[in-house]
Amino acid sequence: MEAIEADHLSKSFGPVTAVNDVSLAVKEGSVFGFLGPNGAGKTTTIRLLTGVLSPDAGSAWIDGIDINRNPLAAKLKMGVIPENSTVYGDMTAEQNVLWMARFYGLDRTTRKERAQDILRRLGLAERKNDLVRTFSKGMRQRISIACAIVHSPPVLILDEPTTGLDVQSRRLVIETVHHMNEAGSTILLTTHNIEEANTLCNTISIINKGRIIATGSPENLKTTFDTTRYVEISFAQPVEKKLFVQEDISRAERWGDKWRIYTTNPDRVVKYLSALAEREHLTIISIATSGLSLEDAFVRLTEGA
Amino acid sequence: MMDLDLGVFARSVMLVAEKNMRIYYYRGPVVVFGLLFPILMFFTYFIGRNLDLIAFFPGFLAMMLFFTSSSVGPLITPWEKREKTYERLLSLPVILESIILGDIAAGAIFGVAITAIVWVVSLVVLHLPLTSALVLVVAFILGAIGFAALGTVFASMATDVPSNVMMLSSLIRLPLIFVSGIFIPLNQLTGWVFVLTSISPLTYLVDLFHAALTNDAVYPPVLDALVLVIIIVIFVLLAKTIQKRNLVKGL
Repeated sequence: MEAIEADHLSKSFGPVTAVNDVSLAVKEGSVFGFLGPNGAGKTTTIRLLTGVLSPDAGSAWIDGIDINRNPLAAKLKMGVIPENSTVYGDMTAEQNVLWMARFYGLDRTTRKERAQDILRRLGLAERKNDLVRTFSKGMRQRISIACAIVHSPPVLILDEPTTGLDVQSRRLVIETVHHMNEAGSTILLTTHNIEEANTLCNTISIINKGRIIATGSPENLKTTFDTTRYVEISFAQPVEKKLFVQEDISRAERWGDKWRIYTTNPDRVVKYLSALAEREHLTIISIATSGLSLEDAFVRLTEGA
Repeated sequence: MMDLDLGVFARSVMLVAEKNMRIYYYRGPVVVFGLLFPILMFFTYFIGRNLDLIAFFPGFLAMMLFFTSSSVGPLITPWEKREKTYERLLSLPVILESIILGDIAAGAIFGVAITAIVWVVSLVVLHLPLTSALVLVVAFILGAIGFAALGTVFASMATDVPSNVMMLSSLIRLPLIFVSGIFIPLNQLTGWVFVLTSISPLTYLVDLFHAALTNDAVYPPVLDALVLVIIIVIFVLLAKTIQKRNLVKGL
């Protein structure tokens, strides 16, 4: 079943079409990444999915509930961390979490227990009685996350959750995303950080100029444009180029103390190189397969659109 | 057509109102200004002139309720847009109507609380008359809601600069107190001045307080109440329409 679904969503602001016929489906329990350059339409899509804005055309469902027909019921199923938004600076960390928990109908005891647990996990237990306006950006973002997950939502939507954060806060955010996903939440996140998307997401959609231009697993997206990959290998002994002759090998190049063997079928080449080492009594020091990075795929996809 | 869970909606309105009270209203300067400004305005006009306090008190109460109910509301949305908390609020289980009604509720509660304090103190100290407690309650409720709703209309402006909203709010609110029968009782007005006062929504609150306290209203209390109800509906619809149109600005 799809936890988040969008069907032909469109939104314009005057003459500018921010989102153009966007459809997506996020499977229950998955982590879905939304990648795109600045101004591509990521945040507008998130605002349409979270009911902050109404679409000009199309529909969106959260856990099977139409966000435009029944926004309150749909919003009860989500936790949202909007881009650049913050919690209330004139409330303490704990007051913010407890106040937002009440929107979801949690009783007093559950609210208190969950708030304490989450604030402890996010490293904010000692500052829970301090006004949020005295917090750093990273701490504010952690409070924002605490507010979004206090009701253990089946769907968690995060818009650029790690942008501008220090390493410690960034790690905590990523750990929390992992933790929520393991606990059963479906995650949709937008990010500029391609490596983060590569590590966290099962599926990625790339959006540019308001349109989704590619969707797939990170590994599939990497191979969208170029099926050529390479196997990088180093031996303890000197090896001549002429040894790397096999039907799957397109060429071999020396790279420092390694050989880079280009192929469309790295699996068979790895097996061939193992057999070669065995046959020629060579010791393999290291071997790795590589190919296009997700960043390469992202740049080529968004350039071409 | 939107499906609405009334329980969740009511809870969202209450929580927005509670947040507003906590963050924007329960503050020393706000309470002091809310009390002092109308009192100073009144004494500026009253001192040194041999005027009948009883005759002018209904207008004074209406002015207090008008100012206190509509004073902070215009600033809340621009403040929240500026502080970047508005989108966070919209992402919670709320709809635009929850925010507007929550803002109105907070303004109305603040207005009633401050004005009721002044009325009780005046009742004890000055032995003011009371003709109809029911009409007084109706005046308090409709007046507070109506002018808190006016505040949300100002708050709908496409700006995240509170001073811009404050300027517009003052530009409209201040002249209203001079054309609503506060300083010159309605029953002493004639001709075009009387016609002018009938356009001001504040006139009907002033008249309702006259009906409640001194029983010298110009219009029937039912008509005053009806006009205030219509004004509430208009202000709420206007606030919703403008806020929806300006929603994306400042997010």
